[in-house]
Amino acid sequence: MNIGLNPLLLVTFFPLVGALVVLLLKPKWKTALRWTALVTSLITFGLSIWMLTRFNDIDPEIQFELNLPWITLGNNQIGFHLGIDGISILMVLLTTFLMPLAILSTWKAVEERIKGFMAFFLLLEVGMLGVFLSLDMVLFYVFWEFTLIPMYFLIGLWGGERRVYAAVKFFLYTMAGSVLMLAGILWIGLQYGSFDLTQLSGSGLIPAAAQLWLFGAFGLAFAIKVPMFPLHSWLPDAHTEAPTAGSVILAGILLKMGAYGFLRFNLPLFPNATVTLAPWMAGLAVIGILYGAAVAYLQKDVKRLVAYSSISHLGFVVLGIFALNLQGLQGAILQMVNHGLSTGALFLIVGMLYERRHTRLLENFGGLWKVVPVLGTLALITTLSSVGLPGLNGFVSEFTILLGAFSSTVIGSPWFAGVATLGVILAAVYLLFMFQKLFLGPVTHEENKKLKDVSAREILILTPILIFAFWIGIYPKPFFMLMAPAVEKLTALVQSAALLAH
Amino acid sequence: METVQFFNLVPWVVFLPLIGLTVNLLVGRKLGEIFAGSFASLATGLAFVVSILLAVSLSSHPEAVTIPLGDWITIGTLTVRWAFRVDTLSVVMMLVVSGVGTLIHIYSIGYMHNDVRHNGDTGRYARFFIFLNLFIAAMMILVSADNFLMMFVGWEGVGLCSYLLIGFWFEKGKNGTGNAEAAKKAFITNRIGDFGLLIAMFLIFVNFGTFQFDEVFKQAGQVAAVKPGVMLLITLFMLLGVTGKSAQLPLYVWLPDAMAGPTPVSALIHAATMVTAGVYLVARSSIFYALVPTAQTVVMWVGAATALFAATIALGQYDIKKVLAYSTISQLGFMVAAVGMGATVAGMFHLVTHAFFKGLLFLAAGSVIQGVERGMHHANHASHDFDPQDMRQMGGLRKQTPLTFRVYLIGALALSGIAPLAGFFSKDEILVSAWQTQPAIFIVLVLAAFLTAFYMGRQLTMVFFGEPRTEAAEKASESPLVVTLPLMILALLSVLGGVLNLPGVHTLETWLSHTLGEGEPGHFVWVVAGISLVLALIGLGLAWMIYSRKTDKAYVDPLKRALGSLFTGMENKWWVDELYAAIILNPYRAFAQFMADPVDLGVIDRIGGGLAAGTRALAESIRKLQNGYIRSYALLMLLGLAAIMTYLFLR
Amino acid sequence: MIPIAYPLVLAVILFCMGIVGFLLRKNAIVIFMCLELMFNAANLVFITFANHYQVIDGQVFVVFVMTVAAAEVAVGLALMVTIFRTKQSIDIDQMNSLKG
Repeated sequence: MNIGLNPLLLVTFFPLVGALVVLLLKPKWKTALRWTALVTSLITFGLSIWMLTRFNDIDPEIQFELNLPWITLGNNQIGFHLGIDGISILMVLLTTFLMPLAILSTWKAVEERIKGFMAFFLLLEVGMLGVFLSLDMVLFYVFWEFTLIPMYFLIGLWGGERRVYAAVKFFLYTMAGSVLMLAGILWIGLQYGSFDLTQLSGSGLIPAAAQLWLFGAFGLAFAIKVPMFPLHSWLPDAHTEAPTAGSVILAGILLKMGAYGFLRFNLPLFPNATVTLAPWMAGLAVIGILYGAAVAYLQKDVKRLVAYSSISHLGFVVLGIFALNLQGLQGAILQMVNHGLSTGALFLIVGMLYERRHTRLLENFGGLWKVVPVLGTLALITTLSSVGLPGLNGFVSEFTILLGAFSSTVIGSPWFAGVATLGVILAAVYLLFMFQKLFLGPVTHEENKKLKDVSAREILILTPILIFAFWIGIYPKPFFMLMAPAVEKLTALVQSAALLAH
Repeated sequence: METVQFFNLVPWVVFLPLIGLTVNLLVGRKLGEIFAGSFASLATGLAFVVSILLAVSLSSHPEAVTIPLGDWITIGTLTVRWAFRVDTLSVVMMLVVSGVGTLIHIYSIGYMHNDVRHNGDTGRYARFFIFLNLFIAAMMILVSADNFLMMFVGWEGVGLCSYLLIGFWFEKGKNGTGNAEAAKKAFITNRIGDFGLLIAMFLIFVNFGTFQFDEVFKQAGQVAAVKPGVMLLITLFMLLGVTGKSAQLPLYVWLPDAMAGPTPVSALIHAATMVTAGVYLVARSSIFYALVPTAQTVVMWVGAATALFAATIALGQYDIKKVLAYSTISQLGFMVAAVGMGATVAGMFHLVTHAFFKGLLFLAAGSVIQGVERGMHHANHASHDFDPQDMRQMGGLRKQTPLTFRVYLIGALALSGIAPLAGFFSKDEILVSAWQTQPAIFIVLVLAAFLTAFYMGRQLTMVFFGEPRTEAAEKASESPLVVTLPLMILALLSVLGGVLNLPGVHTLETWLSHTLGEGEPGHFVWVVAGISLVLALIGLGLAWMIYSRKTDKAYVDPLKRALGSLFTGMENKWWVDELYAAIILNPYRAFAQFMADPVDLGVIDRIGGGLAAGTRALAESIRKLQNGYIRSYALLMLLGLAAIMTYLFLR
Repeated sequence: MIPIAYPLVLAVILFCMGIVGFLLRKNAIVIFMCLELMFNAANLVFITFANHYQVIDGQVFVVFVMTVAAAEVAVGLALMVTIFRTKQSIDIDQMNSLKG
């Protein structure tokens, strides 16, 4: 196999090339720096599309596999093992899709130290893609930790007032979880002689008793990242203090790494523990859905509100994952994409408002639909997609998740889904409250009367997201088709492994 | 006999309004009011034409036809299609929606011309028609869907349009946010209902394995036999959805507030079409309800209770539109009670005639309001507290707005159930089936019907008779033809609507039997007709007697003296809003606040913070050991060495 | 041959003197000298056992220790001089700026 032309390698490391170019440019060449980053991310997106065209969507197996020997540890090989399947391809596409939009959103917002910003941003992309494509646990861990560093600096250097606090909190929370995961990885590697996911998945090597502990070790890292109640308290601060582009990526992609981790590690590696613990995880997810929605309702800061809404939305993802049936899992994966689009767009809109008014407090807005009608309309559609209005993307995934959870034999009771459905009401409560505070009512502040409506660049940022919002809402079939074989394989694997144990 | 079938045209009932809205979205603002209004009306009008063609096709081929458009959600065993179902029931709804819709579009061309000027933002003219077209599209999806999930798309879609149109003047209303609050209230209350509908759909999928109407209803009997509890749950959760959308107890509270929307919206969405979606849902699922008698009982009591309850509130309102709003709730109660009793055709019949006369009443009320507004401008009423919708500020308008008066009179008489107008026949059919099967319901409904006649008499007298009570009323003027033409057409329909299902002929009954199954056609019972007619006349007459007497400036309702605190209750809507605020809204707000501050910031955030603080405190205490004196370090080393040595020796 | 105990006891006495002096004295120069005492006590033990077992390793180590000690004194004294310049004292108790 020709390594140089492996699409995964190209996609993952192309942003690194861009980052190197950025490093060679002089800090004062602001335009050149911006364009370099943008073009790099666009080419990466192009590469991922090229990969998609070559992807065989009826094959449930890993594709474009690349396995190079990397480190030898005693008798164990740690491989540089990349591969993609129906579960990760959507995450990769989401990443490469959101990146250019996020970079474009910094055009006016980031004026200082652009060089560092763009370099970190592109490095972040390398890390995230690596996480989604790694098939070796150690390699996964390396990429997983690698994403922390650029994000830490993005929050800590370009963030808001309490940026240092938020950055440290973000770092420590994530670290605390991943240390346990590292211990788990090493234990598995030394005990069972392999770090390779493809060898360990569904192998039945790990006994049920050990699975519970390992599920806990991995699950804690992922639950913090998702974040699940009650491990979420880093998220509101990190979201609020991060620069707009950082929030977009944080909400859009970094959180998905947690949910993806559950799908890639906990389900296939510890199927018995998964089945045993599914009701508990579902319970936490339901609490997260309602809790995030309740707490979001009365926030005074828009970004905090959206941050708590993420907790609620990702609760749906976790609920879907642990429903462990096709509807639940496919809904969960689609919900990951949808949350990336909707919440990403919400953060972009909040960022646009912030650029105009330099405040994020709800009380400083009101009546903006009259002043900025186009932005108001775009914000309305985004809000509705987040509310889960049928015809837009959020509904398809939330409905399938709830349907899956309702009929899930693993969760065992329709009550979980029934109570979670209340989240549908609460989502309308807090999101419409937000929309009203921002855009409806009379214009109460003199400064707001002369705000400029969206520029062409801003429309260019939001339009692609909204196109996808409608597309997924009306014709989600291609997305479901893409993931279906891999999800079917995963469900079969978990169910058969769990059956064997009983 | 081979006739041309038009069934394949059915997607156009959705696409035409969508085209209309897209064009208006792109160029509506540039091409001006006439274009935007007429293009939107044309789009809806064409949808009406398509509906007629479908009806024609159905008359020769009365069986249901399904026209698939494409796949929507396909996961494992879950398959949901975008598919349209053309049957006699859905076509009746399509005809009502697009027919009344077209008239209201035309009316809006004139009405909104004044409204945007009155409210000071002419830029929103095109936006209004975009929303209206979006509503027609969503409503068409609702009624033409072939499965529950697609119906739900329309169900929530119309809710969205309702939200957007109630909040159309989002910077107006009480404290500037009144309209926006009303819009939010409508959406959220509807979402509570949608919650019920979602749960019902989950149960349907789990027990039937599909959302497709035909397949679900085919299995209904079987499932009901095996799992009666599940069927009861499905029907009751569905009823929750119905109470939300069709404004029944206990979720009716959003509809009166929804009057914050422009009047055509109140006519189209909050009287004629959207709010009847719940009735349509029960009619569509009548097979379910027929299998669960308990649910039927609940449905009819909810309907009957709402009918009476809302009628009492309508008695004590002063806002011309609020009276009509409560009247709508009450009439929807009649329909829900009818479908609950299994008299589905009677319910649908009342739905259609109600769309005519209530649409008419709202539009005529809009004409009255704008007439008074014009009078207000002439009279130079500078004061902001003048409310052109307050009936206490009107009086004697039959002279200023003669045409509006005549059509209003027709609408009011039709609503009151005066023979031979449309409302008489449809209401009578409901009363007959109550008379035959549920005497208790019959008494409640007759009482509600009496109150209906009374409050309509009160409204007629207060608005049109007597002497003008304000300068604005004195100088009010009649509306232009574009506004009055739809009124006249609707008045005609309100007069002739009864023909649809005349006793003994049963056109609608036969038509719907192809979808709902053969039912027993309602007989015409002279006693019932007599009772309802006499009571209606008494109601109207009594109202005339009470209200035609007084015309002083400080208007006190004459009933207030007669009924005392009872009337205060009606005036204040029995404090239901306050009750909900006290038992739901405020507790939730307090709960959210409690979760946000003491719990999230105080407890959960402190877990991480506490770990950090603990680490810090530990470090703080260990730090003391590092006192900087070399000798103490040396001593520690010595002690440590001694300890190790001791350990090694003693081992 | 003198018994092996004699030099060992001497080494112990020297070492203890060194420790006590190190712990009790304030003057940095004296502390240095006490350090040297301990080094040399250790050296004495090395030599004794090297002689006792007739192996050369102990003697090699002594040379090493002496070299390191010399180097250490050079650095240490230089530090003392610098400290004296700034603090006008070499009282060890005054040098606690590195406390936690």
